[in-house]
Amino acid sequence: MNTSPVIVTHGLTRRFGDITAVDSLDLTVRAGEVLGFLGHNGSGKTTTVRLLNGVLAATAGSARVLGLDPGVAGAELRRRTGVLTETPSLDERLTASENLTLFAQLYGVAEADVAGRVAELLETFQLAERAADRVSGFSKGMKQRLALARALLHKPELLFLDEPTSGLDPVSTRQVHTIIRDLSRNGGHTVFLCTHNLEEAQRLCDRVAVLEHGRLMALGTPAELAHSLWHGVRLEIEVAPQATETALDVLLAFPDARDVAQMENQPVLTVALPTREHIPQLAARLVAANAPLYRLTPQEPTLEDVYFALHGHEEVQS
Amino acid sequence: MNWRAIKAIVRRDLLAVVRSKGVMLPMILVPLILLIAIPAGLGRFGPALSQMPGANMPDIEGLLSQMPETLLAQFAGYTTDQILIVFTLLYMLAPMFLILPLMVASVVAADSFAGEKERKTLEALIYTPTTDLELFTGKVISAWLPAMLVSLVGFVCYGITVNVAAWPTMERIFFPNATWLVLVFWVAPGAAALGLGATVLVSSRVNSFQEANQIAGVIVLPIVILVVAQATGAMYLSVGLTAALGVVIWLIAGVLLWVGVRTFRRSEIIARY
Repeated sequence: MNTSPVIVTHGLTRRFGDITAVDSLDLTVRAGEVLGFLGHNGSGKTTTVRLLNGVLAATAGSARVLGLDPGVAGAELRRRTGVLTETPSLDERLTASENLTLFAQLYGVAEADVAGRVAELLETFQLAERAADRVSGFSKGMKQRLALARALLHKPELLFLDEPTSGLDPVSTRQVHTIIRDLSRNGGHTVFLCTHNLEEAQRLCDRVAVLEHGRLMALGTPAELAHSLWHGVRLEIEVAPQATETALDVLLAFPDARDVAQMENQPVLTVALPTREHIPQLAARLVAANAPLYRLTPQEPTLEDVYFALHGHEEVQS
Repeated sequence: MNWRAIKAIVRRDLLAVVRSKGVMLPMILVPLILLIAIPAGLGRFGPALSQMPGANMPDIEGLLSQMPETLLAQFAGYTTDQILIVFTLLYMLAPMFLILPLMVASVVAADSFAGEKERKTLEALIYTPTTDLELFTGKVISAWLPAMLVSLVGFVCYGITVNVAAWPTMERIFFPNATWLVLVFWVAPGAAALGLGATVLVSSRVNSFQEANQIAGVIVLPIVILVVAQATGAMYLSVGLTAALGVVIWLIAGVLLWVGVRTFRRSEIIARY
């Protein structure tokens, strides 16, 4: 994998009046990686995408995207990037094929290649049978797939996906996830994935950046962030089926235990503890309560653990 | 300028217009009423209506007494009924024709600029490599072209309608005259540019097609004043006056479009999204 940076920002800032949407962002994105850009709604994710594509001017700081300054060479840069906007932004009065043909021409796809490229993408995104239908009759998932196809028409080197699965049903979400993984692994695209879906980020991203009120709170692989930012431990505990209730009571009563839950229809419980040192104490209490203990497995921390650890940190600071 | 991208925008906008009932309906109904129904009725039944008791028709003798010599020369040898027909269909309705390019350009521009914001389809366009000027030019052309098409087709339909409907009275082809040719080929294109220039400015400040359309509709008022001025004999659209009117309209349209192109900045538009 070529790890040279495709995005480098230094102190990138955008203010709207008194509100700072993006605050002194220092970020590096490597070629070929899927970078998750995590944050709540209004945390500055979309504004960052706009700044990096040269459609919005920065108030301060600098950015280089694919070696170009977005503020100076926006049009040239947008020839090499593809953007899936938060809303599909499709003309519903046009057919799927007409929508793609228009954007192929706007992105400068050679006229001789337009029809072939449109047909190829409609096939890839399982929309070929609806090519001649107006988009107004499409489901949300179909519109999202069509919008994703549109972002790929000109084979961009860098792809910005803004909440690609927002509002989609599980089947459509899985389809979009498969497409994103293929784009990165088989297509060699660099993907800048804006999401507030932590599971999605954990599943798809090589690295994640966590944004809060426009400020970059953390950047790294999910595992790196987990180990540096969350020092707790998540346990999976299997007990004898008849002792499930007893074990549940022990966990709920255990000091500093959180996220206590039972797996559906199984004698398996999960719990998060503040430190590894709490594990022997918990095991001792379970044994003392006569709950036969079959298995006690520490789990890798999730991005959710990291995210809420960061969020808690922020709240404490403020 | 990337003319391929501009053509693509024009093609898309025109296709979208053709498929939109809200945009197409006024573009069909208004010309049908203004350029076919009204002139057909006046051409065929105007003289008869003027003789009905209580008819409120123009005072022909009074109007003739106020007309300049050059205009009077055009009525030489005409009967009173023929003068009534020529005055009504060649002069009185002439300014009404300008409503057509103004309205069509305004409706299509409202759909193209404000409507696109309302439908949230502008964002994807903004992320393309087209420049602000190319986007603006594409959208302006896509509003101006249908306005011109409707005007030209309307002119031909009006010509056929009035000549056929008034044949029993006129017994000759009397339309078009030089004033109408100036009106159609010089003033109407300017009126279309004026309509879309005004709508572009309004559209940058509102967020829906309806709002843009209603506010920009005020631009029709000067046309109404022209119609009233002709009907009352306050002024007559001679060739020279029509050409001068065209110059004024083009100048105002030019200023509005210049302001429009300067305010059409994707960074400003996206910041308000």
